[in-house]
Amino acid sequence: MKSLFSVLAALLLSACSGAALRGTGDLGIVIERATGSVAVVDTSARAILGRVEGLGDLSHASAVYSRDGRHAYVFGRDGGLTKVDLLERKIARRIIQAGNSIGGAISQDGRLVAAQNYQPGGVKVFDAGTLELLADIPAAYGDGKQFSKVVGLADVPGSKFVFALFEAGEIWVADLSQPRTPQVTKFRNIGSQPYDGLVTPDGRHYIAGLFGEDGLALVDLWKPEQGARKILANYGKGAEKLPVFKMPHLRGWAVAGARAYLPAIGRHEVLVVDTTTWQEVGRIPVKGQPVFVMARPDGRQIWVNFAFPDYGQVQVIDTLEQKVVQTLAPGKAVLHMEFTPRGEAVWISARDDNRIVVFDTASFARLAELPAQSPSGIFFTSRAARIGF
Amino acid sequence: MNAKPIALLSCLLFAMAAWAADPPPDRQRELVRMVRQDCGSCHGLTLKGGLGPPLLPETLRDKPAESLRYTVLLGRPGTPMPPWNAFMNEAEADWIVRQLMLGFPEETR
Repeated sequence: MKSLFSVLAALLLSACSGAALRGTGDLGIVIERATGSVAVVDTSARAILGRVEGLGDLSHASAVYSRDGRHAYVFGRDGGLTKVDLLERKIARRIIQAGNSIGGAISQDGRLVAAQNYQPGGVKVFDAGTLELLADIPAAYGDGKQFSKVVGLADVPGSKFVFALFEAGEIWVADLSQPRTPQVTKFRNIGSQPYDGLVTPDGRHYIAGLFGEDGLALVDLWKPEQGARKILANYGKGAEKLPVFKMPHLRGWAVAGARAYLPAIGRHEVLVVDTTTWQEVGRIPVKGQPVFVMARPDGRQIWVNFAFPDYGQVQVIDTLEQKVVQTLAPGKAVLHMEFTPRGEAVWISARDDNRIVVFDTASFARLAELPAQSPSGIFFTSRAARIGF
Repeated sequence: MNAKPIALLSCLLFAMAAWAADPPPDRQRELVRMVRQDCGSCHGLTLKGGLGPPLLPETLRDKPAESLRYTVLLGRPGTPMPPWNAFMNEAEADWIVRQLMLGFPEETR
């Protein structure tokens, strides 16, 4: 009788907890910026599992993942840092850590979460478990009384974070081996107005895009003593200054084989760069000003979305042919794209049509359409295992 | 009487009327969405600032409306602010500036 009771109780409990035991490798979140919520999605079932609400102002929100792929850390524009449990589909912890924030990163060992802030300008580092503040790194420059907006924050091996200072024109490498006493190496005069940065998939090179001048700033993190140097002197707005309706994003920058593909600034082109020499080797004409230029995980395709007013379309470049092979119209205001872990499908957010569209990357067939409220960023748990994501 | 001056005059009157008139409601909705979403990608959806400065009434108070109009239409050289004159006319830019100074409307859904 007693054992029957305990069996019944166990059944009842598992029924109440609702969810069958499952992994998170095929899960992800979609930012719904109008409603301050995230949709938890399943990329195998191509379904929305549920929503988590109460994340504040999610314009320009981004997310990183705990190394077990269970928790997403969502960085909101209002300085909110929210740890979302994908399995229980609820907020595990939430803090307001700054007045105006732009994104974040998680350390190689998964213990530290860093947020990059515009106001107050700097980087804050938190315990990934508790979100306790461990280190505050103000981006002071010049006479030390001014603080720069921080952009392009990326994790690199060795409990380090790299980031760029927009007003200061500097790149900093913060070593958080001792989380409460960060050691900061500063590269000064790297160029005018760095607006975003990325680290190559091997964690070796940090590259900052410059808005105030042509070219990009490169730091070889394996040889930091060489300092920062300028590459691609012709990259940028060039002689004919074209208006830029949305800053291109560099994170998620496409490195495919020995080539990198990057958004031209203001021009309707994707630039092709040899990553051994850092010389430009080609330009591919596209429909509009590129915002995200992303490689399918196998590197065979590059997917490109565009700034206002051309943001109803997405183009696909074949990296063998080095040209556009497909143009798709997923919906109005395409803001982001995310590949499934091995890239057989891509999820695309169409903000003004309030939907997510899933495409087969081989046949370009529409596999699914899912409703979402003003969807923007899409982030899958496979990011947990990638340097710089 | 020659028709030409009348045509000119009515043209002028029409331009003046357009100057003072608010854009029609549908266009207002489009402009609100454009400011919130597209300007918002640099200035923040709540217009509290991002890579671009805040566009709140208290931060704009001391700036002349005319210079704000030309910032919107022609951009600001030396900064990332682009010109938006391909997507709106002067009257629409003026309307946006007025709304920004008053506290910009939310999107109606």
